[in-house]
Amino acid sequence: MSLLNIESLSLSIHDTAILHGISLRIAEGEITALTGESGSGKSMTAFATMGLLPKGTGTGGAIHFDGTDLLSLPEPQMCDLRGREIGMVFQEPMTALNPVQTIGAQVMETILVHKSMTPKMAEERAREVLDRVGLPPDRFPLSRYPHELSGGQRQRVVIAMAIALRPRLLIADEPTTALDVTTQAQILDLLRGLARGQGMALMMITHDLAVVSDMADTLNVMRHGEIVESGPTRDVLHEMRHSYTRQLFEASRHQADLGPAKADTPLLSVQSVSRDFPLPRKTLFGARQTFRAVDHVSFEIRRGERVGLVGESGCGKSTLTRAILGLEATQSGRITLDGDPVWQGGHPNLTVRRKMQVVFQDPYGSFNPRHRVARLVSEPFHLLDDAPTGRALDGAIADALTAVGLSPRDADKHIHAFSGGQRQRIAIARALIIKPDLIVFDEAVSALDVRVRAQILDLMADLSRAYGLTYLFISHDLSVVRSITDRVIVMQAGKIVEDRPTRALFDAPDHPYTRTLMAAAPRLPEDLEKTPYAPDPAL
Amino acid sequence: MMRYFFKRLFSLGLSLIVASVVIFVVVEVAPGDPATFMLGINAQPDTVAALRTELGLDQSKLARYLSWAGGMLTGDFGMSYTYRTPVAQMIADRLWVSLPLAIYALTLSTLIAFPAGIFAAARRGGSGDLAVTGATQLGVAIPNFWFAMMLVLIFAINLSWFSAGGFPGWDVGFWAGLKALTLPAIALALPQAAILTRVMRSSLLDILNEDFIRTARAKGLSARQALWRHGVRNALIPVLTIIGLQFAFLLAGAIIIEQVFFLPGLGRLIFQAITQRDLIVVESVVMLLVFAVIMVNFLVDLAYAAIDPRLRART
Amino acid sequence: MSRNLILGGALTGLFLLAAILSFTWTPDSVEAMDIPNRLQPPGAGNLLGTDHFGRDILSMLMVGARTSIAVALVAVGIGMGLGVPLGLAAAARDGGLLDEVIMRMNDLIFAFPSLVIAILITAVFGPSATNAIIAIGVFNIPVFARITRGAALSLWTRDFVLAARVAGKSRTRISAEHILPNVANLLIVQSTIQFSLGILAEAGLSYVGLGAQPPIPSWGRMLADAQTMVALAPHVALIPGLTIVAMVLGLNLLGDGLRDALDPRLKVVRT
Repeated sequence: MSLLNIESLSLSIHDTAILHGISLRIAEGEITALTGESGSGKSMTAFATMGLLPKGTGTGGAIHFDGTDLLSLPEPQMCDLRGREIGMVFQEPMTALNPVQTIGAQVMETILVHKSMTPKMAEERAREVLDRVGLPPDRFPLSRYPHELSGGQRQRVVIAMAIALRPRLLIADEPTTALDVTTQAQILDLLRGLARGQGMALMMITHDLAVVSDMADTLNVMRHGEIVESGPTRDVLHEMRHSYTRQLFEASRHQADLGPAKADTPLLSVQSVSRDFPLPRKTLFGARQTFRAVDHVSFEIRRGERVGLVGESGCGKSTLTRAILGLEATQSGRITLDGDPVWQGGHPNLTVRRKMQVVFQDPYGSFNPRHRVARLVSEPFHLLDDAPTGRALDGAIADALTAVGLSPRDADKHIHAFSGGQRQRIAIARALIIKPDLIVFDEAVSALDVRVRAQILDLMADLSRAYGLTYLFISHDLSVVRSITDRVIVMQAGKIVEDRPTRALFDAPDHPYTRTLMAAAPRLPEDLEKTPYAPDPAL
Repeated sequence: MMRYFFKRLFSLGLSLIVASVVIFVVVEVAPGDPATFMLGINAQPDTVAALRTELGLDQSKLARYLSWAGGMLTGDFGMSYTYRTPVAQMIADRLWVSLPLAIYALTLSTLIAFPAGIFAAARRGGSGDLAVTGATQLGVAIPNFWFAMMLVLIFAINLSWFSAGGFPGWDVGFWAGLKALTLPAIALALPQAAILTRVMRSSLLDILNEDFIRTARAKGLSARQALWRHGVRNALIPVLTIIGLQFAFLLAGAIIIEQVFFLPGLGRLIFQAITQRDLIVVESVVMLLVFAVIMVNFLVDLAYAAIDPRLRART
Repeated sequence: MSRNLILGGALTGLFLLAAILSFTWTPDSVEAMDIPNRLQPPGAGNLLGTDHFGRDILSMLMVGARTSIAVALVAVGIGMGLGVPLGLAAAARDGGLLDEVIMRMNDLIFAFPSLVIAILITAVFGPSATNAIIAIGVFNIPVFARITRGAALSLWTRDFVLAARVAGKSRTRISAEHILPNVANLLIVQSTIQFSLGILAEAGLSYVGLGAQPPIPSWGRMLADAQTMVALAPHVALIPGLTIVAMVLGLNLLGDGLRDALDPRLKVVRT
């Protein structure tokens, strides 16, 4: 008998239908994944199970947990169940903990609110679970505050809170999306171990097929509030009966067609660049310590080259990007574009800025909401002395919009009329409009759903072939970098540890850190269609 | 933590110095000579000169600033031009009315606003919330001195529960003194409580949208438990800021309210001093008010650190 | 349109209209004393009754509205005119010396409530409506500077501002082109609130004699005059007080309505 049995659950918020008859079962010790793009209703399924739906939500169907229908359970009983029988882990560990309480108090609260133990025993149990999630007492005493912990460590605390009373069902809503790959691998291991070792049922919600492909026993693919395909993970990925599953799968491992690699004369040159940040003083009159975010970094990009820059958060890639864009000065070293320094005499060099453009990560924050597309796209013309006006300007805007697959008519619209993917197209149009020598893509596809991401990568490849673009593609995601670059630079702790052609690097990584990164990155099974499905002989 | 404390302390000292300079300079530009004003236009020049020396008016501006500021540090506020008595003594007498009134009002306002704000936030959108929000909407629109007049009309004139004004002094007894300050304190406190309630409510509603409240609910806390255990303390930070600012308004408001109730507080002292051009009294009372406000804000800064561990760690 | 917006707009409009109308017409003269007809309750002869000199209260209120609105409006103008540029400049140099100096100056002004400024100025120059304007206006500066800076700081971290910087635009130009238009909503809402606070402050100042001087009618002084008559004729205190409440309430409702209409998440401050 299954522990959780969701029967044709439907859900609407203020009369907008979110879920249309979802059915799914989870047995004890089973890991079940819900996957799909944003807006597919996977998180709402989780919140419905927790009984934590927003106000104004209407539900239909039933959610049976151990025989009890949670949808009709009164709130006090539901409170009793939450935390004790069902635990939950959230996406954003940085904000999931109360900033003014110690981690010990927050873990103990799970126990004490259910009056399961005396405070003394609760404290011992809190210590025990924190050990279990990999936060040993010498470095992580109960008296620590959340702000003293990294994102991965905070996620461990959230998990400790969720499992403190050994719940029978654990729901994890995108638990590793906000984390680096190496941390992600550790957290996934931890969750897997908890499910296997304690017989806990685990409901994993993720947008990332690769994350669940080697972890989940069963896979449910969701779209627009429906489960379009479900079954044992291996079967689903092997057969892919539904075209949507196939699309997701294809998009997840999409390789853009870059055409042959080129490398002409040197364009961007970064020579021994360092950047320090002051740290807060530890003592009243002590000397100020500094943190070296970028440490003697040197590399070169030649015309026509498409270079990737990868590394985990805090590795210095953002600082380096800001220095290349001339947004910040550096402590030492020299950055030149086409021989001209990016930063000169305490100011960014405008001659260089004319030759460089950038596309940012967040499609929603990249545009002034008060301006129309025409004005947004033509902003870089500000850099030119002989910027086109009147009809020539309209023509340039129309050309740029057409190049990125939009219509010239879109120029008169406001930015809120566009989806995330369309906005990234507009951002690329803005970058293209002054025909720059170098474009910097700063995590430009990281916020997009996989299918949209694949389209944008294709667009970039098309533009690259058509215009012979040179770009620097900055990302934390190895698989994306692999699909869109000729050469990859790997950064760790402010230093470049590897800089080689993409194919060579992925075939045989040299540096141990690169190998760690690649091993930690979740991977989709290679060429599933070609491998005939065979039952595991061990079973 | 010590760093934070010293930084705040340094900032406190600097604010006091700048404030005292500003006050001194503003008063210095006053047209007319206090000595001439005190003795009348027909006074003998040598009498005026003698008085100028006595008051220290013949010294350089810097020397006078230093002796004024230095005197205040030792509790010597100078001599009143009009009454020829120490300003410190005059202020001390009046302070025994104004300060208790401000504190009484702040206490009342906090005691009303905290429960009301929490109550409204917990019932967001419900009828209780609407009632509280409506009341605060009205409360922020009422001028406190007019409210005071209405209180007098109802509770003193019509019902005769309180006297319409005056202050018997603390010598008569603590409760008698407190009773005389009750209507003034209510008049001061209610409009401020309306503002504070709104701040408490909206601050708490912001916090209730935070992720960690959802985490708390996932642990099995009821909505009410999550609000009390995780919401209130986090919501206090903006509320404390407003309390700090409100103290300034309460002190200033107390000066106005004293006029309604004929209370012998700082208000009466300062308005008398203005009409009599007793500038040294004006200067000193204003400095005292500003000192009180800066001091309260310093305490609020320390309270932040007590509430928020991030602040203790950062600086 | 929300109920707040309609009600608040109507009340505010009514008072503005009354103030403007008072330039050309009032039911009765505000200077003509009519002692035999003093302290008349509201009725047919004088719609809202007469005061202790027998003057028509409605006429006094209409002319008084002029004083209140003028003082509060100019004070908001001072606060916005100086506070907004200071706030923008501070945010453009976040963490820099300029930012530090501007914010410390702000903190300092916050230690001088309007009443204290008014006391200082009056002690030196004697009482007048101008004092009230300066006192309230000066106190408005840090309010506007602070909210502008707060909102601008979060805008400076947005990618569209970074994009403008990459496009080589100066900080001043970015402040004008990208920051100011996006804080405009907040400023509109905040200024209705400061307007209402200005009306209250002006009433308080003229009540204690630090604002407009006779013979200029003002709401606060009408209440001061009424104080000794309150037992005799409650309406002389009741009516001007309710007028102030209605005007302030109207502005606050207008502010709330505007906020809901423009952007419900706007962070407005009220002290």
